[in-house]
Amino acid sequence: MDQATKYKVKDRETGEYFECSQEQSLLVAMERTHPGLIKVGCRGGGCGTCKIRVLEGDYITKVMSKAQVSEQEKQLGYVLACRAYPRSDLLFELAVQEQ
Amino acid sequence: MRKGVMRPGHIQLRVMDMDEAVIHYRDRLGLIETDRDDSGRVYLKGWTELDAFSVVLRPADEPGMDFMGFKVVSTEAMNQLKQELVDFGCPVEVIPAGELNQCGERVRFEAPTGHMFELYADKEQTGKWGVQPNNPDAWPEELKGMRAQRFDHCLLYGDDLDGALDLFVNVLGFQLSEEVVDTESGVRVAQFISCSMKAHDLAWVRHPEKNKFHHASFYLETWGDVLRAADLISMHDMSLDIGPTRHGLTHGQTIYFFDPSGNRSEVFCGGDYTYPDHPVVTWDADKLGKAIFYHDRVLNERFLSVLT
Ligand code: FES
Ligand SMILES: [Fe+2]
Repeated sequence: MDQATKYKVKDRETGEYFECSQEQSLLVAMERTHPGLIKVGCRGGGCGTCKIRVLEGDYITKVMSKAQVSEQEKQLGYVLACRAYPRSDLLFELAVQEQ
Repeated sequence: MRKGVMRPGHIQLRVMDMDEAVIHYRDRLGLIETDRDDSGRVYLKGWTELDAFSVVLRPADEPGMDFMGFKVVSTEAMNQLKQELVDFGCPVEVIPAGELNQCGERVRFEAPTGHMFELYADKEQTGKWGVQPNNPDAWPEELKGMRAQRFDHCLLYGDDLDGALDLFVNVLGFQLSEEVVDTESGVRVAQFISCSMKAHDLAWVRHPEKNKFHHASFYLETWGDVLRAADLISMHDMSLDIGPTRHGLTHGQTIYFFDPSGNRSEVFCGGDYTYPDHPVVTWDADKLGKAIFYHDRVLNERFLSVLT
Protein backbone atom coordinates (compact mmCIF):
# COMPACT_ATOMS: atom_id res chain seq x y z
CA MET A 1 0.00 0.00 0.00
CA ASP A 2 1.37 3.43 -0.79
CA GLN A 3 1.22 6.32 1.63
CA ALA A 4 -1.70 8.03 -0.05
CA THR A 5 -3.99 5.05 0.48
CA LYS A 6 -6.94 6.00 2.63
CA TYR A 7 -8.45 3.41 4.90
CA LYS A 8 -12.07 3.52 5.98
CA VAL A 9 -12.48 3.80 9.77
CA LYS A 10 -16.04 3.01 10.78
CA ASP A 11 -17.98 3.46 14.04
CA ARG A 12 -19.90 0.23 14.66
CA GLU A 13 -22.72 1.93 16.52
CA THR A 14 -23.63 4.72 14.08
CA GLY A 15 -22.20 3.31 10.86
CA GLU A 16 -20.46 6.65 10.28
CA TYR A 17 -16.92 6.55 8.99
CA PHE A 18 -13.94 8.71 8.10
CA GLU A 19 -10.86 8.13 5.99
CA CYS A 20 -7.36 7.90 7.38
CA SER A 21 -3.97 7.35 5.75
CA GLN A 22 -1.31 5.24 7.43
CA GLU A 23 0.64 8.40 8.26
CA GLN A 24 -2.19 9.93 10.28
CA SER A 25 -3.41 9.04 13.73
CA LEU A 26 -7.05 7.99 13.75
CA LEU A 27 -7.87 10.96 15.98
CA VAL A 28 -6.27 13.61 13.78
CA ALA A 29 -7.93 12.19 10.65
CA MET A 30 -11.28 12.12 12.45
CA GLU A 31 -10.84 15.73 13.66
CA ARG A 32 -10.14 16.96 10.12
CA THR A 33 -12.88 15.11 8.27
CA HIS A 34 -15.56 14.01 10.73
CA PRO A 35 -15.24 16.05 13.93
CA GLY A 36 -17.24 14.87 16.91
CA LEU A 37 -17.18 11.16 16.18
CA ILE A 38 -14.48 10.54 18.82
CA LYS A 39 -13.82 12.93 21.71
CA VAL A 40 -10.54 14.84 21.51
CA GLY A 41 -8.30 15.48 24.50
CA CYS A 42 -4.54 15.83 24.62
CA ARG A 43 -3.75 14.09 21.31
CA GLY A 44 -0.66 12.65 23.05
CA GLY A 45 -1.75 9.27 24.46
CA GLY A 46 -1.94 10.64 27.98
CA CYS A 47 -5.49 11.52 29.01
CA GLY A 48 -7.61 8.60 27.79
CA THR A 49 -10.36 10.80 26.30
CA CYS A 50 -10.08 9.25 22.83
CA LYS A 51 -10.10 5.60 23.93
CA ILE A 52 -11.76 3.24 21.47
CA ARG A 53 -11.89 -0.51 20.89
CA VAL A 54 -10.97 -1.79 17.47
CA LEU A 55 -13.17 -4.75 16.58
CA GLU A 56 -11.83 -5.52 13.10
CA GLY A 57 -8.71 -4.58 11.17
CA ASP A 58 -4.99 -3.94 11.60
CA TYR A 59 -3.22 -0.95 13.05
CA ILE A 60 -0.02 0.01 14.80
CA THR A 61 0.25 2.06 17.97
CA LYS A 62 2.74 4.52 19.39
CA VAL A 63 3.39 4.74 23.14
CA MET A 64 0.19 5.07 25.23
CA SER A 65 -0.21 5.81 28.93
CA LYS A 66 -0.31 2.57 30.93
CA ALA A 67 -2.75 4.30 33.24
CA GLN A 68 -5.23 4.57 30.34
CA VAL A 69 -4.68 1.30 28.46
CA SER A 70 -3.35 -1.73 30.34
CA GLU A 71 -1.43 -4.56 28.62
CA GLN A 72 -4.51 -6.73 28.93
CA GLU A 73 -6.80 -4.14 27.37
CA LYS A 74 -4.32 -3.71 24.54
CA GLN A 75 -4.70 -7.40 23.73
CA LEU A 76 -8.47 -6.88 23.56
CA GLY A 77 -8.14 -4.13 20.94
CA TYR A 78 -8.43 -1.09 23.19
CA VAL A 79 -6.37 1.85 21.88
CA LEU A 80 -6.08 5.58 22.21
CA ALA A 81 -7.16 6.89 18.80
CA CYS A 82 -4.49 9.62 18.96
CA ARG A 83 -1.78 6.93 19.08
CA ALA A 84 -3.17 4.45 16.54
CA TYR A 85 -2.32 4.37 12.81
CA PRO A 86 -4.35 2.19 10.42
CA ARG A 87 -2.93 -0.61 8.28
CA SER A 88 -6.30 -1.71 6.91
CA ASP A 89 -9.94 -0.63 7.05
CA LEU A 90 -11.08 -0.58 10.68
CA LEU A 91 -14.30 -1.12 12.60
CA PHE A 92 -14.36 0.40 16.08
CA GLU A 93 -16.56 1.30 19.03
CA LEU A 94 -16.17 4.09 21.59
CA ALA A 95 -14.75 2.97 24.92
CA VAL A 96 -15.28 6.12 27.00
CA GLN A 97 -18.43 6.45 29.13
CA GLU A 98 -20.50 9.55 28.43
CA GLN A 99 -20.31 11.75 31.52
CA MET B 1 0.88 35.25 57.35
CA ARG B 2 3.94 34.35 55.28
CA LYS B 3 6.12 31.66 56.81
CA GLY B 4 9.20 31.61 54.64
CA VAL B 5 7.92 29.87 51.52
CA MET B 6 9.17 32.11 48.71
CA ARG B 7 8.20 30.74 45.34
CA PRO B 8 7.54 27.74 43.11
CA GLY B 9 10.99 26.29 42.56
CA HIS B 10 10.54 23.16 40.52
CA ILE B 11 8.21 20.61 39.03
CA GLN B 12 8.97 17.02 38.02
CA LEU B 13 6.84 15.77 35.14
CA ARG B 14 6.55 12.25 33.75
CA VAL B 15 6.94 11.89 29.99
CA MET B 16 6.62 8.81 27.79
CA ASP B 17 9.12 9.74 25.07
CA MET B 18 12.07 11.80 26.27
CA ASP B 19 13.29 12.95 22.86
CA GLU B 20 9.85 14.31 21.94
CA ALA B 21 9.49 15.87 25.39
CA VAL B 22 12.82 17.67 25.15
CA ILE B 23 11.79 19.12 21.79
CA HIS B 24 8.59 20.42 23.42
CA TYR B 25 10.12 21.95 26.54
CA ARG B 26 13.47 23.08 25.14
CA ASP B 27 12.87 23.95 21.50
CA ARG B 28 9.19 25.00 21.60
CA LEU B 29 8.71 26.51 25.08
CA GLY B 30 12.28 27.72 24.85
CA LEU B 31 13.50 26.51 28.23
CA ILE B 32 17.24 26.03 28.67
CA GLU B 33 18.44 22.44 29.09
CA THR B 34 20.83 22.56 32.04
CA ASP B 35 21.58 18.95 32.99
CA ARG B 36 20.79 15.23 32.69
CA ASP B 37 21.24 12.52 35.31
CA ASP B 38 21.95 8.79 35.53
CA SER B 39 18.29 7.91 35.91
CA GLY B 40 17.54 9.52 32.55
CA ARG B 41 16.00 12.70 33.90
CA VAL B 42 16.43 15.95 31.97
CA TYR B 43 16.72 19.30 33.82
CA LEU B 44 15.63 22.64 32.36
CA LYS B 45 14.88 26.20 33.39
CA GLY B 46 13.52 29.47 32.07
CA TRP B 47 16.30 31.85 31.14
CA THR B 48 15.44 34.45 33.84
CA GLU B 49 15.54 31.92 36.67
CA LEU B 50 18.56 32.12 38.96
CA ASP B 51 18.46 28.56 40.30
CA ALA B 52 20.13 25.70 38.41
CA PHE B 53 16.84 24.18 37.19
CA SER B 54 13.06 24.39 37.59
CA VAL B 55 11.66 21.68 35.32
CA VAL B 56 12.65 18.02 35.57
CA LEU B 57 11.39 15.51 33.00
CA ARG B 58 11.35 11.86 34.08
CA PRO B 59 10.91 8.99 31.63
CA ALA B 60 7.86 6.92 32.64
CA ASP B 61 5.09 4.82 31.12
CA GLU B 62 2.35 7.23 32.10
CA PRO B 63 2.32 11.05 32.10
CA GLY B 64 1.48 13.39 34.99
CA MET B 65 3.20 15.26 37.80
CA ASP B 66 5.52 13.57 40.30
CA PHE B 67 5.80 16.62 42.57
CA MET B 68 6.03 20.39 42.73
CA GLY B 69 8.70 22.03 44.91
CA PHE B 70 8.77 25.40 46.68
CA LYS B 71 11.89 27.25 47.75
CA VAL B 72 11.95 28.49 51.36
CA VAL B 73 14.15 31.24 52.78
CA SER B 74 16.40 29.09 54.99
CA THR B 75 17.12 25.62 56.30
CA GLU B 76 15.78 26.71 59.71
CA ALA B 77 12.48 27.75 58.14
CA MET B 78 12.34 24.46 56.23
CA ASN B 79 12.91 22.40 59.40
CA GLN B 80 10.33 24.41 61.31
CA LEU B 81 7.78 23.80 58.54
CA LYS B 82 8.71 20.11 58.42
CA GLN B 83 7.68 19.75 62.05
CA GLU B 84 4.46 21.65 61.45
CA LEU B 85 3.66 19.42 58.47
CA VAL B 86 4.11 16.36 60.67
CA ASP B 87 1.92 17.91 63.38
CA PHE B 88 -0.73 18.67 60.75
CA GLY B 89 -0.79 14.95 59.97
CA CYS B 90 0.78 14.94 56.51
CA PRO B 91 2.89 12.02 55.39
CA VAL B 92 6.38 13.62 55.32
CA GLU B 93 9.62 12.23 53.89
CA VAL B 94 13.10 13.75 53.72
CA ILE B 95 14.82 13.40 50.34
CA PRO B 96 18.60 13.61 50.71
CA ALA B 97 20.68 16.34 49.11
CA GLY B 98 21.88 15.40 45.63
CA GLU B 99 18.92 13.19 44.72
CA LEU B 100 18.23 15.96 42.24
CA ASN B 101 21.48 17.31 40.85
CA GLN B 102 22.59 20.59 42.44
CA CYS B 103 19.70 20.56 44.93
CA GLY B 104 19.95 20.30 48.70
CA GLU B 105 17.76 18.32 51.08
CA ARG B 106 14.05 18.36 50.31
CA VAL B 107 11.09 17.87 52.62
CA ARG B 108 8.45 16.01 50.65
CA PHE B 109 4.84 15.83 51.82
CA GLU B 110 1.52 14.63 50.53
CA ALA B 111 -1.34 17.15 50.48
CA PRO B 112 -4.92 16.07 51.27
CA THR B 113 -5.64 16.08 47.51
CA GLY B 114 -3.03 13.34 47.01
CA HIS B 115 -0.51 15.62 45.30
CA MET B 116 3.15 15.49 46.34
CA PHE B 117 4.92 18.74 47.20
CA GLU B 118 8.40 19.58 48.41
CA LEU B 119 10.17 22.33 50.28
CA TYR B 120 13.87 23.02 49.84
CA ALA B 121 16.20 25.79 50.96
CA ASP B 122 19.27 25.16 48.84
CA LYS B 123 19.77 24.83 45.13
CA GLU B 124 22.81 26.01 43.29
CA GLN B 125 22.27 29.48 41.86
CA THR B 126 23.86 29.52 38.46
CA GLY B 127 22.28 32.88 37.58
CA LYS B 128 20.19 34.04 34.68
CA TRP B 129 21.06 32.26 31.48
CA GLY B 130 22.80 34.18 28.76
CA VAL B 131 23.13 37.56 30.49
CA GLN B 132 25.82 38.91 32.81
CA PRO B 133 24.92 39.37 36.51
CA ASN B 134 26.58 42.78 36.47
CA ASN B 135 25.19 45.47 34.13
CA PRO B 136 22.86 42.84 32.65
CA ASP B 137 21.45 43.24 29.17
CA ALA B 138 17.70 42.91 28.63
CA TRP B 139 17.64 39.39 27.21
CA PRO B 140 19.91 36.86 25.54
CA GLU B 141 19.72 36.70 21.76
CA GLU B 142 20.08 32.92 21.50
CA LEU B 143 16.68 31.97 22.95
CA LYS B 144 14.52 29.44 21.12
CA GLY B 145 10.80 29.01 20.52
CA MET B 146 8.43 30.82 22.87
CA ARG B 147 11.33 32.10 25.01
CA ALA B 148 9.57 31.21 28.27
CA GLN B 149 10.96 33.29 31.11
CA ARG B 150 10.19 31.11 34.11
CA PHE B 151 8.18 28.21 35.47
CA ASP B 152 5.34 30.12 37.13
CA HIS B 153 2.56 27.96 38.63
CA CYS B 154 0.52 24.77 38.36
CA LEU B 155 -3.16 23.95 38.25
CA LEU B 156 -4.05 20.65 39.88
CA TYR B 157 -7.28 18.68 40.18
CA GLY B 158 -8.18 16.84 43.37
CA ASP B 159 -10.85 16.05 45.92
CA ASP B 160 -10.10 17.55 49.34
CA LEU B 161 -9.70 21.21 48.44
CA ASP B 162 -10.63 22.34 51.95
CA GLY B 163 -7.91 20.19 53.50
CA ALA B 164 -5.34 21.43 50.98
CA LEU B 165 -6.29 25.05 51.63
CA ASP B 166 -6.04 24.57 55.39
CA LEU B 167 -2.57 23.07 54.94
CA PHE B 168 -1.21 25.68 52.55
CA VAL B 169 -2.67 28.69 54.38
CA ASN B 170 -2.33 27.70 58.02
CA VAL B 171 0.85 25.62 57.90
CA LEU B 172 2.76 27.03 54.93
CA GLY B 173 1.62 30.67 55.05
CA PHE B 174 0.00 30.98 51.63
CA GLN B 175 -2.95 33.29 51.03
CA LEU B 176 -6.19 32.54 49.22
CA SER B 177 -6.24 35.09 46.40
CA GLU B 178 -9.14 33.96 44.22
CA GLU B 179 -11.86 31.34 44.40
CA VAL B 180 -14.88 30.00 42.55
CA VAL B 181 -17.80 29.26 44.85
CA ASP B 182 -21.09 27.51 44.19
CA THR B 183 -23.51 30.14 45.48
CA GLU B 184 -26.18 27.64 46.49
CA SER B 185 -24.12 25.05 48.34
CA GLY B 186 -21.24 27.32 49.38
CA VAL B 187 -18.79 24.72 48.07
CA ARG B 188 -15.51 26.13 46.78
CA VAL B 189 -15.03 24.52 43.37
CA ALA B 190 -11.69 26.20 42.60
CA GLN B 191 -9.04 27.94 44.70
CA PHE B 192 -6.03 30.04 43.74
CA ILE B 193 -3.32 30.55 46.34
CA SER B 194 -0.24 32.71 46.52
CA CYS B 195 2.94 32.89 48.59
CA SER B 196 4.06 36.03 46.76
CA MET B 197 2.59 39.07 45.02
CA LYS B 198 1.42 36.94 42.10
CA ALA B 199 -2.29 36.25 41.72
CA HIS B 200 -1.45 32.57 42.06
CA ASP B 201 1.50 30.30 42.64
CA LEU B 202 -0.69 27.22 42.76
CA ALA B 203 -4.35 26.45 42.09
CA TRP B 204 -6.80 23.58 42.39
CA VAL B 205 -10.11 22.64 40.82
CA ARG B 206 -12.38 20.27 42.73
CA HIS B 207 -12.55 16.85 41.10
CA PRO B 208 -13.53 13.40 42.39
CA GLU B 209 -10.13 11.74 41.78
CA LYS B 210 -6.99 12.48 43.77
CA ASN B 211 -3.66 13.61 42.39
CA LYS B 212 -4.52 14.77 38.88
CA PHE B 213 -2.48 17.28 36.91
CA HIS B 214 -4.05 19.98 34.74
CA HIS B 215 -1.20 22.23 33.60
CA ALA B 216 2.21 23.69 34.25
CA SER B 217 2.46 27.34 33.34
CA PHE B 218 5.33 29.42 32.04
CA TYR B 219 5.58 33.18 32.03
CA LEU B 220 5.96 35.35 28.92
CA GLU B 221 6.46 39.09 28.91
CA THR B 222 3.74 40.41 26.59
CA TRP B 223 0.49 39.60 24.78
CA GLY B 224 2.56 39.79 21.60
CA ASP B 225 4.66 36.94 22.97
CA VAL B 226 1.48 34.91 23.62
CA LEU B 227 0.37 35.45 20.00
CA ARG B 228 3.85 34.50 18.83
CA ALA B 229 3.55 31.30 20.89
CA ALA B 230 0.27 30.61 19.06
CA ASP B 231 2.11 31.03 15.73
CA LEU B 232 4.74 28.51 16.84
CA ILE B 233 2.03 26.02 17.87
CA SER B 234 0.64 26.20 14.30
CA MET B 235 4.06 26.18 12.62
CA HIS B 236 4.98 22.96 14.39
CA ASP B 237 1.49 21.42 14.29
CA MET B 238 1.47 21.10 18.08
CA SER B 239 -1.62 19.93 19.98
CA LEU B 240 -3.61 23.09 20.78
CA ASP B 241 -6.09 23.12 23.64
CA ILE B 242 -7.52 26.65 23.65
CA GLY B 243 -6.47 30.24 23.15
CA PRO B 244 -5.04 32.76 22.75
CA THR B 245 -7.57 34.27 25.16
CA ARG B 246 -7.85 35.87 28.60
CA HIS B 247 -8.80 34.32 31.92
CA GLY B 248 -11.43 35.98 34.11
CA LEU B 249 -9.78 34.47 37.17
CA THR B 250 -6.45 36.33 37.66
CA HIS B 251 -7.07 38.10 34.29
CA GLY B 252 -3.94 36.61 32.72
CA GLN B 253 -3.66 36.38 28.92
CA THR B 254 -3.05 32.83 27.93
CA ILE B 255 -2.79 29.91 25.53
CA TYR B 256 -3.03 26.19 26.43
CA PHE B 257 -1.49 23.31 24.53
CA PHE B 258 -0.23 19.80 25.20
CA ASP B 259 3.19 18.21 25.41
CA PRO B 260 3.71 15.03 23.32
CA SER B 261 2.78 12.85 26.34
CA GLY B 262 -0.49 14.68 26.91
CA ASN B 263 0.57 16.92 29.82
CA ARG B 264 -0.99 20.34 29.38
CA SER B 265 1.29 23.40 29.13
CA GLU B 266 0.30 27.05 29.44
CA VAL B 267 2.18 30.19 28.48
CA PHE B 268 0.69 33.43 29.74
CA CYS B 269 1.42 37.07 30.48
CA GLY B 270 -0.07 39.77 32.66
CA GLY B 271 -2.53 39.08 35.39
CA ASP B 272 -3.50 40.60 38.70
CA TYR B 273 -1.38 40.98 41.83
CA THR B 274 -2.04 40.12 45.47
CA TYR B 275 -0.94 41.78 48.70
CA PRO B 276 -1.59 40.21 52.10
CA ASP B 277 -4.29 42.80 52.88
CA HIS B 278 -6.25 42.11 49.69
CA PRO B 279 -9.64 40.47 50.14
CA VAL B 280 -10.30 37.21 48.31
CA VAL B 281 -11.65 37.69 44.77
CA THR B 282 -14.72 35.48 44.36
CA TRP B 283 -16.30 34.23 41.15
CA ASP B 284 -19.72 32.58 41.27
CA ALA B 285 -19.71 29.03 39.93
CA ASP B 286 -22.54 29.86 37.52
CA LYS B 287 -20.10 32.29 35.84
CA LEU B 288 -17.42 29.62 35.52
CA GLY B 289 -17.29 29.94 31.74
CA LYS B 290 -16.39 33.61 31.92
CA ALA B 291 -14.11 33.00 34.92
CA ILE B 292 -12.00 30.56 32.95
CA PHE B 293 -12.30 31.86 29.37
CA TYR B 294 -13.15 35.54 29.61
CA HIS B 295 -13.83 36.07 25.90
CA ASP B 296 -15.75 32.92 24.91
CA ARG B 297 -17.59 32.90 28.28
CA VAL B 298 -18.22 29.19 27.77
CA LEU B 299 -16.24 26.42 29.30
CA ASN B 300 -15.05 23.77 26.90
CA GLU B 301 -15.53 20.32 28.36
CA ARG B 302 -11.88 19.54 27.72
CA PHE B 303 -10.81 22.04 30.38
CA LEU B 304 -12.63 20.05 33.06
CA SER B 305 -12.03 16.49 31.91
CA VAL B 306 -8.67 16.22 30.14
CA LEU B 307 -6.04 15.55 32.79
CA THR B 308 -2.92 13.48 33.33
S1 FES C 1 -6.60 12.49 23.23
FE1 FES C 1 -5.61 12.17 25.16
S2 FES C 1 -5.14 10.06 25.00
FE2 FES C 1 -5.88 10.52 22.99
FE1 LIG D 1 -2.50 28.70 34.65
